[in-house]
Amino acid sequence: MEHGFFTDNSAATFSLTDEDHTIANAVRFTLNQDPRVTFCGYSIPHPSEARVNIRVQTTGGAVFDASQYAFFGNDVLEEVELGGLDDEDEDLPAAGLDEEEFLFDQEEKF
Amino acid sequence: MAEGAGEEKKKFSIWDLPDVPVGQLPPHLELQRSRVSCNKDAPIHTESIQYSGAYASMGIDNSSRLDRFSNNFRVEVVRLNEDDMEFDMIGIDAAIANSFRRILIAELPTMAIEKVLIANNTSIIQDEVLAHRLGLVPIRVDPRLFDYLSENDQPNEKNTVVFKLHVQCKRGSPRITVKSDALKWLPNGSELVKETRNATSDSSSKPETYTYFGCSQETIPEFVKNPIIPKYPDIIIAKLGPGQEIELEAHAVKGIGKTHAKWSPVATAWYRMLPEVVLLEDIEDDLAEELKSKCPVNVFDIEDLGKGRRRATVARPRACTLCRECIRGDDWEKRVALRRVKDHFIFTIESTGALPPEVLFTEAVKILEDKCERVITELS
Repeated sequence: MEHGFFTDNSAATFSLTDEDHTIANAVRFTLNQDPRVTFCGYSIPHPSEARVNIRVQTTGGAVFDASQYAFFGNDVLEEVELGGLDDEDEDLPAAGLDEEEFLFDQEEKF
Repeated sequence: MAEGAGEEKKKFSIWDLPDVPVGQLPPHLELQRSRVSCNKDAPIHTESIQYSGAYASMGIDNSSRLDRFSNNFRVEVVRLNEDDMEFDMIGIDAAIANSFRRILIAELPTMAIEKVLIANNTSIIQDEVLAHRLGLVPIRVDPRLFDYLSENDQPNEKNTVVFKLHVQCKRGSPRITVKSDALKWLPNGSELVKETRNATSDSSSKPETYTYFGCSQETIPEFVKNPIIPKYPDIIIAKLGPGQEIELEAHAVKGIGKTHAKWSPVATAWYRMLPEVVLLEDIEDDLAEELKSKCPVNVFDIEDLGKGRRRATVARPRACTLCRECIRGDDWEKRVALRRVKDHFIFTIESTGALPPEVLFTEAVKILEDKCERVITELS
């Protein structure tokens, strides 16, 4: 769920339920690496409640570019070679999604 | 005194100096960015510089893109046994490594005993203590073959594994120890009969038990040759004196470590950063001997330079446990530098036996992917 999105579309706070540091720290790190992001941080309002707030502020004008997420479905990086012992079959899961998971044409009515 | 105003001004640009690398960070900043310096009192530069504009004034782009990441990222397996595995992940950051560690410990599903139906327990181990101990016994079964059992579901062959434990110590015989190999798998489901209100009707049909198995679990191809048993047959569950008896049925269901630690598939999983031990100056002869003897894990070695002179070298930096013995004492901090490489992680996974460790890690990666997909679908 997104807060504060409509007035200013360069910044938003995303509140994710049933999540904790596991995904929030990883998302925060990756977002910080993006040059279009000016600020990214996360907080857990109360440790007993599984909710995490991720705040992102961007330079503005960043369009949600769906093509970046191609690696989830289509161009799976098959060529990642595992060095060392070679008795593992590392078949990267192709996630089995035929339609794009970022459903542009379908609006979720809350 | 003759210099000063009379001197001809030499035009030079600081960028022409040969030892300022252009397009790259100068060595001291590169050290700060990529290494944790472990000094005598505390480590410094521990945070990872992830802000993309961190070195913008130098003209260096600290952002990371997927193509650069996929080019630099490597996984190298060092050791792989049936139950534990050690591998290196090079090119990721602590945040992602920690996510994998957290998922391995808390969010990978396993099967563990949850409900214990006790028919008879005359031992000195209380019912609840016995049930608690049974829950912690690791079971050798692939949890991916089962579904979760929620409150509204009935226990059937797709979400429950049933074990039976019936031991008795007869009067006159010595005390016996009940070990986990006494747990017998019941592939046809529960054998304890439920008491039905109307006992008169349908006495011809099969009596109702606590599980509703449609077919025997033995028919599932994975279990034909591998019966479901506890992974370790010698775990002590209880001890019985003469005349005591335990008769119970245990139902195992699928769960994750977040709910209860018995569902954690790893004994533990941990990572450490690759240690880097650097000799800042040449250490020779007596000092070299002293250095070699100081290190409890033999990181250093002596090499002969000929003419009776010896020099210390770093032979096994990977074994360094950061005990800091080599920098204790006067002046040693100037000679030896202990560092850690920030993006090289040595992961160790010890599995409890349900799944082999390499499968555990690939499942953890899948779970992280699923979490990300869930976030993306919610946002769009």
